[in-house]
Amino acid sequence: MAISIKVNGEEHAFDGDPTMPVLWYVRDILNLHGTKFGCGTGQCGACTVHVDGKAQRGCLLSMESVAGRDITTIEGLDPNGDHPVQKAWRVNNVPQCGYCQAGQIMNAASLLENNPKASSEEIEQQMTGNICRCGCYQRIQAAVEMAASEMEG
Amino acid sequence: MHSQIEQAIAAELYGEPVETEDSPQSSAIIGKLSRRKFLKISGGGAAMALAMQIVPGAAMAYDPYPTGAEGMPNGTVVDPHVFVEIAPDGTVTLTTHRSEMGTGAKTGVPMVLADEMEADWSRVVLRQAEGDEPKYGNQDTDGSRSLRHYLQPMRQMGASVRSMLEQAAAKQWGVEADQVIAENHEVHMKDGSKKIGYGDIAAEAMALEVPAFEELSFKTEDQFRYMGKGEVPMYDLHDITTGKARYGADITLDGMKFAAVARPPVVGARVESVDDSDAMKVPGVERIVNIDGSMPPAKFAPLGGVAVVASNTWAAIKGRDALKIQWSDSPHGEYNSKAYAEQMRATAKKPGKVMRKVGDPDAAFSNAARVFSQEYYQPHMQHAQMEPLVAVADFKDGKLNIWAPVQSPYGARTDTAAALGMDAADVTVEVSLLGGGFGRKSKCDYVIEAALVSKEIGAPVKLQWTREDDIRHGFYHTTSVEHLEAALDGDDKVIGWRHRSVSPTIFSTFVEDPLHTSGLEAGMGLVDTPIGVENLVVESGEAKSHTRIGWFRSVSNIPRAWGVQSFIAELAHDLGRDPKDMLIELIGPDRKIDPVAADMKELWNYGEPYEEFPNDTARLRGVIELAAEKAGWGKDLPEGEALGIAAHRSFVTYVATVVKVKVGADGSVAVPEVHMAVDCGFCVNPERVASQMEGAAVMGMTLAMHSNINYENGAVTNSNFHDYPVVRINSYPKDVHTHIVDHPFAVHATGVGEPGVPPVAPALANAIFAATGKRFRDMPFGENVG
Repeated sequence: MAISIKVNGEEHAFDGDPTMPVLWYVRDILNLHGTKFGCGTGQCGACTVHVDGKAQRGCLLSMESVAGRDITTIEGLDPNGDHPVQKAWRVNNVPQCGYCQAGQIMNAASLLENNPKASSEEIEQQMTGNICRCGCYQRIQAAVEMAASEMEG
Repeated sequence: MHSQIEQAIAAELYGEPVETEDSPQSSAIIGKLSRRKFLKISGGGAAMALAMQIVPGAAMAYDPYPTGAEGMPNGTVVDPHVFVEIAPDGTVTLTTHRSEMGTGAKTGVPMVLADEMEADWSRVVLRQAEGDEPKYGNQDTDGSRSLRHYLQPMRQMGASVRSMLEQAAAKQWGVEADQVIAENHEVHMKDGSKKIGYGDIAAEAMALEVPAFEELSFKTEDQFRYMGKGEVPMYDLHDITTGKARYGADITLDGMKFAAVARPPVVGARVESVDDSDAMKVPGVERIVNIDGSMPPAKFAPLGGVAVVASNTWAAIKGRDALKIQWSDSPHGEYNSKAYAEQMRATAKKPGKVMRKVGDPDAAFSNAARVFSQEYYQPHMQHAQMEPLVAVADFKDGKLNIWAPVQSPYGARTDTAAALGMDAADVTVEVSLLGGGFGRKSKCDYVIEAALVSKEIGAPVKLQWTREDDIRHGFYHTTSVEHLEAALDGDDKVIGWRHRSVSPTIFSTFVEDPLHTSGLEAGMGLVDTPIGVENLVVESGEAKSHTRIGWFRSVSNIPRAWGVQSFIAELAHDLGRDPKDMLIELIGPDRKIDPVAADMKELWNYGEPYEEFPNDTARLRGVIELAAEKAGWGKDLPEGEALGIAAHRSFVTYVATVVKVKVGADGSVAVPEVHMAVDCGFCVNPERVASQMEGAAVMGMTLAMHSNINYENGAVTNSNFHDYPVVRINSYPKDVHTHIVDHPFAVHATGVGEPGVPPVAPALANAIFAATGKRFRDMPFGENVG
């Protein structure tokens, strides 16, 4: 039986391998390429998506485990790409190569949606799940703190 | 042959004596050749070189200088028609021919052209060039060369287009060209009476003859709009934050298949038998394709193995994992990191091949009151760029089209053509963004794999490496033992210096069994040492390679800085001296080291003419003092805090690092502050220079604390980020301050992608020692801290 799933507000039915991770489903089947493959083992966070609003690792989530759930990828975070986290990323010139950034942004956005008053320590704790090999951490920290102050209003 | 190899060979060639009539004794070093000689040798192909022969006229705003650009395969191209298009609506499309892997080169290089042509950056569109060096000039994006080599060609093309636009406007208005001036996307009458947009005269302007270099006028530094400001963000910034930026794996073609490859665990092993029955049962798996491996030396050829072709990436990986393969033995099956380290240490204790000798070191060591000696180890390391290797290839009707994240698109094109027995004219390589490179994406084995599979299956294919593939089948940063000795007289004065390096060479990837570090690698902190001790010897010990060794960001500068800069701090401690003072004292008086007098016979100056890019110890001292001053060196620190310092010249850029560590009550060590002082000549984009220094601090800390590719029986035992960890946000250096030495344009701009890394690990180890008394001589030492 096909698996029903909502991605960025659109309903989809999937009748392929139910063990396929959401990462490969959004990339190869839906051609949503913003979600990146980094390690395949949940260690780097490049594949972070939101499942019912909460950050999850797309490489570890099988399609059967998300049947009926609501998935948001970086493409669906904000219609104009103007989520406070995205804006803060640009103000701080965060990226170098940029490959991990969608995952970083999705993780940060989820943290702040659920805890807009996140402290520096809470931000650091949450963002520890995401690797940036270029080493943009200091700007990531600054950008998430900036977005937090905007979202807190 | 790949341009990388040619570059390496060029390095070797430049190290060979070149007889010249006016300076025979200085013949060993290209930089010692007179400017006139350099021009003669570099040939007539370059407008820039020709320009050197002309006394700069009043129109000039700077004195052009030769760089190593013309010595690179396919040199530079300065024809604005190749790089600039102006649409009738005024949109300026600039071709960017360097790969973007995070350094900002894609934006920074054409930004220079836009500045010089007075284009409004908000109306500039960038087009990424396909791999075509005869058309664009050298595209091999490594060696921290992009701005070093292309700053002047970009200025020349920008000035050319600006002049053509002015001439076209003047003609239209029936006035002399000196009555008009181009400014911010418009040409004006100087008296303010008329103006016209670039788009409105583009067709006429671009039809004019491109002016000769000596007819051009260049902007003065106070007229720079973008250069030196750091206000132009990277071109893809918005797309990166919205997930629209396209990397290698984001290319999709109609009818495209997906592939993953099982490769031999040991370099040189071959497939003996394959059982693919389980693999073929995986839903989505369609075909199995054998890939032949190459005979050593490997060059950039695939390792060989078995590809699984499927309808999606997941099926390909799952199918690959289900293959049962019997691999043959390999001559490298007994390579074990622990045993090899011991072997290198034993070699390091014996005299090696002398690569440089000044004064009488033998006498200094035999007359010494005592000898202070230490050894420093560094294991193999892997790039672990965030984007695992991937390539899309489409072989059809005798033509091959490739889309891939490659640092050297033309190298990938020619190597792939050769591997498939094709003419390079029948191969195209389109370059996506690179999700990190660090040197790994200079080697195109993954591109060749995709091309071979596409040809075999007769369909386009996306060939995806997993993280495990990436870590286990790399071109690894070489391992090394650096052995240092200081001869001290009765007054504790350093009278002799010995640096012996034992390290398998990168050249083992290209030629059969070389046993010594190459001239290219020796020029990375070994023979070019700035240490000014009067009796000095530099040696190389034999080391045979048992794996694929390749370029890793900063290359051999990492072990050399690790050894030398740790040793100096140890010596300072032994003598009760301040490490910074000791470092400056050992470097000695300010001087541009005379490479002939200093016996730097095999000096590889990163391909640059030495006269123009000398080893200037005043600049090295300058960054040491700048970093020390900004970090508050010598001031009292709270209990548990301490500083460590290190400095290194690499890629003709000077960097000094001061690391502050803080020891917690539980013995844990944190890095609250790092100061990176960088002297890169004229600084084109201070904002990206800072980002490179911040990244170098993080990568340097990762290397120091964690990076250890381990071999057992010829196979890499690491597999993913749990056993090849990298620094995360919870342990990164918290506050990285970048201090850029301010220089005018006359001080030649140099690159910053690599030079930040080497001093970080020794500065960290020196700081930890200062705080805890614990000295680390083996990288990585993270498990032993705290």
